[in-house]
Amino acid sequence: MFAPVYLDHNATSPADPAVVEAMLPYLSAQCGNASSRHEYGRAARRAIDEARSKVAAAVGAHASEVVFASGGSEANNLLIKGAAACLKPGLLAVSSIEHPCVIRPAEQLRKRGWTLHRLAVDADGRVDRERFAAAMVERPQIVSVMLANNETGVVQDVESLATQARAAGAGCFHTDAVQAVGKIAVDFRRLNAAGVHALTLSAHKLGGPKGAAALVLDKRLDIEPLIAGGGHERGLRSGTENVAAIVGFGVACELAMERLEARGRQFLTMRGQLELGLVGLGATLFGQAAERLPNTVYFAFPELDGETLVGQLDRAGYAVASGAACSSANPEPSHVLQAMGVAPELARGAVRVSLGGANTVEEVDGFLAALQLTVLKLQQLTAMAV
Amino acid sequence: MLKLPIYLDYSATTPVDPRVAEKMIPYLVEKFGNPASRSHAFGWETEAAVEEAREEVAKLVNADPKEIVWTSGATESNNLALKGAAQFYAGKGKHVITVKTEHKAVLDTCRELERLGFEVTYLDVVDNGLLDLEVFKAALRPDTILVSVMMVNNEIGVIQPIAEIGEICRAKGIVFHVDAAQATGKVVIDLATLKVDLMSFSAHKTYGPKGIGALYVRRKPRIRLTAQMHGGGHERGFRSGTLATHQIVGMGEAFRLARLEMGAENERVRMLRDRLLKGLSDIEHVYVNGDMEQRVPHNLNISFAYVEGESLLMAIKDLAVSSGSACTSASLEPSYVLRALGREDELAHSSIRFTLGRFTTEEEVDYAIRLLHDKIGRLRELSPLWEMVQEGVDLSTVQWAAH
Repeated sequence: MFAPVYLDHNATSPADPAVVEAMLPYLSAQCGNASSRHEYGRAARRAIDEARSKVAAAVGAHASEVVFASGGSEANNLLIKGAAACLKPGLLAVSSIEHPCVIRPAEQLRKRGWTLHRLAVDADGRVDRERFAAAMVERPQIVSVMLANNETGVVQDVESLATQARAAGAGCFHTDAVQAVGKIAVDFRRLNAAGVHALTLSAHKLGGPKGAAALVLDKRLDIEPLIAGGGHERGLRSGTENVAAIVGFGVACELAMERLEARGRQFLTMRGQLELGLVGLGATLFGQAAERLPNTVYFAFPELDGETLVGQLDRAGYAVASGAACSSANPEPSHVLQAMGVAPELARGAVRVSLGGANTVEEVDGFLAALQLTVLKLQQLTAMAV
Repeated sequence: MLKLPIYLDYSATTPVDPRVAEKMIPYLVEKFGNPASRSHAFGWETEAAVEEAREEVAKLVNADPKEIVWTSGATESNNLALKGAAQFYAGKGKHVITVKTEHKAVLDTCRELERLGFEVTYLDVVDNGLLDLEVFKAALRPDTILVSVMMVNNEIGVIQPIAEIGEICRAKGIVFHVDAAQATGKVVIDLATLKVDLMSFSAHKTYGPKGIGALYVRRKPRIRLTAQMHGGGHERGFRSGTLATHQIVGMGEAFRLARLEMGAENERVRMLRDRLLKGLSDIEHVYVNGDMEQRVPHNLNISFAYVEGESLLMAIKDLAVSSGSACTSASLEPSYVLRALGREDELAHSSIRFTLGRFTTEEEVDYAIRLLHDKIGRLRELSPLWEMVQEGVDLSTVQWAAH
């Protein structure tokens, strides 16, 4: 039995060995609570400060702009609900392809008197500029558009969207960059200059551990904490800091930046190889005309169920996803593809391949071969059933 | 050879037990799947590990695994319990009761509830740190919907009468939340008999990793909560966000070890704590804070009179101890817990919390005793107040000149 090949890095990625090594002391002798004043506590505080600088550097931010949280979902909830708590209920605009951890908090705000506007995307998954402009005229107080989509990998021109939003008089602009950081260059300083006030990144999507994430926040933006008690993280996020995971996050950011260019080239080669093979097999590729993350390919075969396909591929030794991991239990077709106007029948066939640094050209070849066999087998079964 | 500083701050956080760390590491490296990934074995493997850990957490407190919701820590659990229950049951009333000596995670959340339109009663404790049940009963109102009382106090280690409070709350249909962050592994918790509806847990106070905790949410009778973190609908909608598998596995193992070893461990730690107390009790003018009977075995909180608090902490920096809770130790304010016990500021300022644990040795305790004898003696030699006390001046009668 071959070890299965993992091609689902947008769901989560393994921690780099160097990351684990950096974490280990904080899971043994370096046991301090960073709020303690004795040497154990001060050592933990120093480790967190160092990690904060590394995380900030990865996105061109200042360390004082980084607020640590337990994960991307928490960071997104913190921004959406926290910013709303400081404002009188008004209009909130989020793209229709956001991750549920942005959409659901936004929907919750309707209970508090907010109006939610879902920003439309085009057939390739890009925010529709004309409709965006029209929506900004209404001067939403909070706008959230993700930098890169977890399913399609489509990258939004957040810089120009934020410029446009600010010119129209919109309020706080947030971008969920959880899938982007570590795969493409992200510069908060530049985005901030264009009008982006907050950005989310998560450790376990970029070679760090699960359990740590950051909200990078323009300090002029007022937000209320989601979790109270003790006043950690400048009062924005209470709770004993997860020192080991934060240290791992810092190292993962450092490594991701060192490897960004080489990884990008490696991913592009493999993605090209994948897409060529997929088109040859008759697959439909989603978001193909848009700028996308170099590691992500999202496709479907007409009349083949995505769940069935990924199940078969798993048996053949290839781990891929049929939709976003968080909603994998949900039989509904992807809300992202629906927003792009993809027919539900085709959307139900969606399969996502997301590459990681350890994947090889040989693995991609092997995947394509396994896919070809699986597709043929399933097509024959479908034909027989008809 | 003793390793200095000696760690005597197990209530701030505990080291991760090496057996726990060993179990966690594979889930950072080869078993890294997202437990929410349903389409491949990487996900199934971690999902199974998460469920196994959930069972271990449930077993320690005699609950059903379905009643355990993962969170990022006890602070989040307390926030979810209090805000979640208050918001869900707001239609029934808007009155909440808690105690002045609760952890900041409860007190700050209650302040937030006040801003959201709830009314909160903060009960006093008696001078041994315990809640008087008659005081509690008197505070109940027809519109009381929620009560939050910690099981074990983080600063003085006293154990509140949770069983009795639970009976009263259940009889009146009031939701009862208990912060048990400091209790696991130290006190037997049986949720099949305790009438507790919500209970907060933390891994890193019980030899597990930081960054993971849980909230017990009773199913019979069923308690409902308004979720505080929305997204992919993890944890049956109670708490969205990717589960940090390695941390969850660590908490499961830590709680399993606590269940198996707490009997023997608590006796050993109690002996060390009593040795420490005995060793310090021949210093004049020392006062133990908090009840010594209704108390966890690893905690000793002592006020050293006629010694200035900051100088004391500096003088004993070979001991990693705390003067209050870790969460508030950055501030120079005297502990609000000790003040609630009626300790005057001076004594509260010169108090030290010693919390012992799994890796504390007799040798370390003896070192601490010697060091304290030596340093307290020297600090008092420098103290004009001490000199006056030695001369027989009753300080309470002294008229201090303003300056």
